[in-house]
Amino acid sequence: MTDKPLTERIAAAGGAVDLAAYERAGGYAAARDALTKMSPKDVQEIVKSSNLRGRGGAGFPTGQKWSFVPLGAAAGPGHRYLVCNADEMEPGTFKDRFLMEHDPHMLVEGALIAAFAIGADRAFIFLRGEYLGCERALSRAIAEATARGYVGANACGSGLEIEVAVHMSGGRYICGEETALLNALESRRAQPRTKPPFPPVSGAWGRPSVVNNVETLCNVPAIVRNGAEWFKKLGLGTDAGTKLFGVSGRVKKPGLWELPMGTPIREILEVHAGGMQPGYRFKGLLPGGASTDFLVEQHLDLPMEYGTIQAAGSRMGTGTMTVIDHTVCIVDLSRNLQHFFAQESCGFCTPCREGLPWLERLLADLEAGNGAPGDLGVIEENAQLIGVPGNTFCLHATGAIEPLASAIKYFRDEFEAHIKQRGCPLRDVRAAAAAGR
Amino acid sequence: MSSTNANALIPTLSPVETAAINAELAHVPDPASATIEALRIVQRHRGWVSDQSIAAIAHLLGTSAASVDSVATFYNLIFRKPVGRHVVMYCDSVSCYVMGCDALRAELVRKLGVEPGGTTADGRFTLLPIVCLGACDHAPAMMIDGELVLDVAPPMLDSIFGRYA
Repeated sequence: MTDKPLTERIAAAGGAVDLAAYERAGGYAAARDALTKMSPKDVQEIVKSSNLRGRGGAGFPTGQKWSFVPLGAAAGPGHRYLVCNADEMEPGTFKDRFLMEHDPHMLVEGALIAAFAIGADRAFIFLRGEYLGCERALSRAIAEATARGYVGANACGSGLEIEVAVHMSGGRYICGEETALLNALESRRAQPRTKPPFPPVSGAWGRPSVVNNVETLCNVPAIVRNGAEWFKKLGLGTDAGTKLFGVSGRVKKPGLWELPMGTPIREILEVHAGGMQPGYRFKGLLPGGASTDFLVEQHLDLPMEYGTIQAAGSRMGTGTMTVIDHTVCIVDLSRNLQHFFAQESCGFCTPCREGLPWLERLLADLEAGNGAPGDLGVIEENAQLIGVPGNTFCLHATGAIEPLASAIKYFRDEFEAHIKQRGCPLRDVRAAAAAGR
Repeated sequence: MSSTNANALIPTLSPVETAAINAELAHVPDPASATIEALRIVQRHRGWVSDQSIAAIAHLLGTSAASVDSVATFYNLIFRKPVGRHVVMYCDSVSCYVMGCDALRAELVRKLGVEPGGTTADGRFTLLPIVCLGACDHAPAMMIDGELVLDVAPPMLDSIFGRYA
């Protein structure tokens, strides 16, 4: 059995996988088995015991999430929804686009099985508005799967109706927050909802719903086909399965690779990404997107797995890392990050709407040489106030503060030097690097 | 006033737009839930969404213009002002920042003669910043009219723009 369930067909095809290639590789057999030979509870149990955890960033156990949906008579009349979060917008993340463009049937089959497992008759793929290539690939795959009877009125001959459709988003990072995503799916403003109730009880249009990431759902067909034990053994340590890990920044070979869960950071950086480009030294990295805490040299031998990265004070997030080199000023980079989070705040609650732009301005002042003694304390105090979960309505601001607080933690000298020297101490290094490009 | 005259005051959508929006209604439990789909469809045909289009969408979906506008103004990919024939979006998120998007933005501003948010005097290009395009292994990245442009270096801009009349 394969050790690269997400990318083996793409590698074999040397590019995009069409329906014929997907079927030749055993595609839709898992969906047919699940829908005609298993109960929703059976499917939930396999996924639960496989230890599959959400690949969108939070790492919540997938089978457990599914089990919160009331089944049978408890669900009441009306639709139930499986919603795929395909709104890939976490800065530094480029994995879901690859999967959808290259093997769209894998996602359609995963969504179909997941919908069955929660008793849903509707599956929506909530797709990022800029991802027009994915829209073309998915629309075609859904049409083909419908024509072949895998999805639709009598999905896989099960007698059940399961429809799969794409919703193209209108934009905004906050749509990645699952209750904001549900509001966006309903064509409302994408402001997060009060929790509880959680989506499995009251989600899209007030009906039981589950929101799963693209990569999460793509793992489901192979788990059903090969079993939970097989999936668990793919991981090197405590976490199960493989993961799409990526590296961007000034490395020799930026890219994306399917590797065992628990692969050490150093192996990803040095073996797969080829190490730093000549003339650039490693300074730090964001392990899984803009909203994850920085890691530095001392962390490079850690395995990429949920618990270990969390114990190191960060989060694995999306598993696609951004490498920071010695020419990058941590203050200006922090300003760039806060600019992103300030711009993408939904504006609903005050600490996030007002606080993040304020932090951005403070950081810009520091970079411009207008910092004053005590500014760092002001930034830290406000970062603490804005970032503590519970002080804001959702976790957007918390995510914004993770890279800022960790930047100050690991690079305090550089922040202080900006104030003491009234300007950026890396100005010459940055100018030299820019001139040498 | 006869009903015929009253209807004449309601801005209309083209038959193609109306048909495309009606096709989306099959997927959602109520018409207003297709507001974003309707906005995207109208923008695809007209380049942007005018006040008249907002009113027409509201009429078609049986909701209020204020409700449609509150949705339209929340989402950055819905344009409530006219844009140029081509929309140039440059990524300004973290990986592109590390790979030099500030220098790219400066060159875009110099070459096009407009600040981000602006449209060139000849109506050819609108320049907009965009968040991470999911192409970080080919940073800096841009998107022109929905197509990715990868590994962009400032000296390449002339030949890139040459492809867009």
